[in-house]
Amino acid sequence: MTDADRVRLYRTVRLIRRFEERAVELVHGGQIVGGIHPYLGQEGVAAGVCAALGADDVLAGTHRGHGHVLARGADPARMLAELCGRVTGLNAGRGGSMHAADLSIGVLGANAIVGASGAIITGAVWARRRQGHDTVGVSFFGDGAVNEGMLLEAFNLAALWRVPVLFVCENNGYATTMPVAGAVAGSIAGRAAAFDIPAVEVDGQDPETVRAAAAAAVDRMRAGGGPELIEARTYRFDAHHTFEHAVRLDYRPPDEVTRGRARDPVDIQGSRLADADRAAVNAEVEATVDAAVRFALDSPEPDPADALAYLYASGLTVRTGGG
Amino acid sequence: MPRLSYRRALTRALADELAHDEAVFLLGEDIQVGASLVTTGLAKRFGTERVRDTPLSEQAFTSFATGAALAGLRPVIEFQIPSLLFLVFEQIVNHAHKFPLMTGGQCRVPVTYLVPGSGSRTGWAGQHSDHPYSLFAHVGVVTVVPATPADAYGLLVTAIRHDDPVVVFAPAPAMDVRDDVDDLAPVPLGRGRIHRNGCDVTVVAIGHLVHDALAVAEEMADQVSVEVFDPRTLYPFDIDGLVESVTRTGRLVVFDDGNRSCGMAAEIIASVVERVRLLAPPRRVTRPDGAVLPFAPALDRAVQPGRDHLVTAIHLTVKDSS
Repeated sequence: MTDADRVRLYRTVRLIRRFEERAVELVHGGQIVGGIHPYLGQEGVAAGVCAALGADDVLAGTHRGHGHVLARGADPARMLAELCGRVTGLNAGRGGSMHAADLSIGVLGANAIVGASGAIITGAVWARRRQGHDTVGVSFFGDGAVNEGMLLEAFNLAALWRVPVLFVCENNGYATTMPVAGAVAGSIAGRAAAFDIPAVEVDGQDPETVRAAAAAAVDRMRAGGGPELIEARTYRFDAHHTFEHAVRLDYRPPDEVTRGRARDPVDIQGSRLADADRAAVNAEVEATVDAAVRFALDSPEPDPADALAYLYASGLTVRTGGG
Repeated sequence: MPRLSYRRALTRALADELAHDEAVFLLGEDIQVGASLVTTGLAKRFGTERVRDTPLSEQAFTSFATGAALAGLRPVIEFQIPSLLFLVFEQIVNHAHKFPLMTGGQCRVPVTYLVPGSGSRTGWAGQHSDHPYSLFAHVGVVTVVPATPADAYGLLVTAIRHDDPVVVFAPAPAMDVRDDVDDLAPVPLGRGRIHRNGCDVTVVAIGHLVHDALAVAEEMADQVSVEVFDPRTLYPFDIDGLVESVTRTGRLVVFDDGNRSCGMAAEIIASVVERVRLLAPPRRVTRPDGAVLPFAPALDRAVQPGRDHLVTAIHLTVKDSS
């Protein structure tokens, strides 16, 4: 890990943090409709994993997916425009928070169906490798997804066909409001062990620890290894979804929240930088996020006449719904 | 003129597309040995990398195909049993179908879902005998139900080359139909076909029921002149072609092997009467509401739309307007 890597990692977690904080403000201000699942507190996972990837690699994320898209290098301005439903958004305003995608950089999309990304990424990586690329893939999912049969089927398929997919479980302790202890029999790493998939548990609050674990896994996969799993122990600082800002749900003990928030990935990574370097990154991120907010809010809304544009890649046209 | 069976027409289409495009590959259960007798010989000819047997993980391999399509390939999945479509409806609808719109046009998902032996196979009972094509038409996934060997070939080729997901239903009772076929060619989506011209009533028949409708039309020829319209593609539907036919005959009967409520027949009738003033109320011959096919052969037959039902419906339609 060079000093430049260290700064880059800080820049990524800081960018996600400030992006999310501003996005929450835009939710409260009514500019982002439908709310978001804030990635606040989990920044170290996306940043650490994506720092270990190369240009040819692919990933797919979750409903709590802003961090994955940003860490992979998507344009924050177009990302925020997407959240605001603008035509300049990554998905031309058709996807929103839960479906943000940028296929040009291998982001096959945030995906709102829990446990869905594993099989999709397995297929994409297998296909890329058949076409001669040295691609590895990352499937991000939460602790709730380890009880989805579809994901366990994907573990089996990836292991059976030795498709190099890094399964990254972001264990933030809760599936919406359900604590892990109430939902997971056995263990998350044990799920992987059942398929002979190597698994490690890491401190997801430390971006450098995550990066090291991901880089080691990616190295082994590129050398011909099959899939691996990282369980990143993390904590979500904010709500499951911003609707909780209006409707208080009582499921996390206050002292647990306080303890969880005390281990802040942005602070942990920031403390490794000289004060001047950290301040420079902070200023740069602030300018980037300010510009993103301006870009998003200044961008035009899509034309309702084109509401079903892109429905069919083949260009098939459909009947309208009116009488 | 060479005789070709419907089943072999499917095999030929798969082989031709595997040969024609390196991006095409097949996925499915027991397809290397060809348990459905459709993929016979393909693993030997094209290799087991491109003709891949899967574990019994329908949801995962359906989404695996979505991922492979996103990465530039053209997967074809064979589903051994039509009812498996219920299991993977989520993967097809929520992911494969929705990705182009949700990503704002960043991708295409050209996957073909081939269901050889859809509908009743007689004696395979409740969980192997469904014909859920209306579900896919409802959600907007391209849906084809070829009736003849030439159309089975042509529509499967077109499906594989199409840039969106396509479900291809190959009805069990049509699988052994043979025809003289001298020209195998792609068949365009959304284009129906009139198998028999008539002037008193248009019968829209779906899939294998085309053959039953033709038999009924012949049997009734001295009483009523029946036109038999085969939509071939259920979504997109050739409504212009059907309206042209019904405008001439003035009467409409739909012969549909799906359940009655919210079925294809309901949609076809509604689409026609929005545009055409009929001489008599339209009729439909379908499976009953909410049908589950019972096991015993007599019961299985009793819930499927049959020729006798069609004869009755045609008589009623003609009588209603006389």
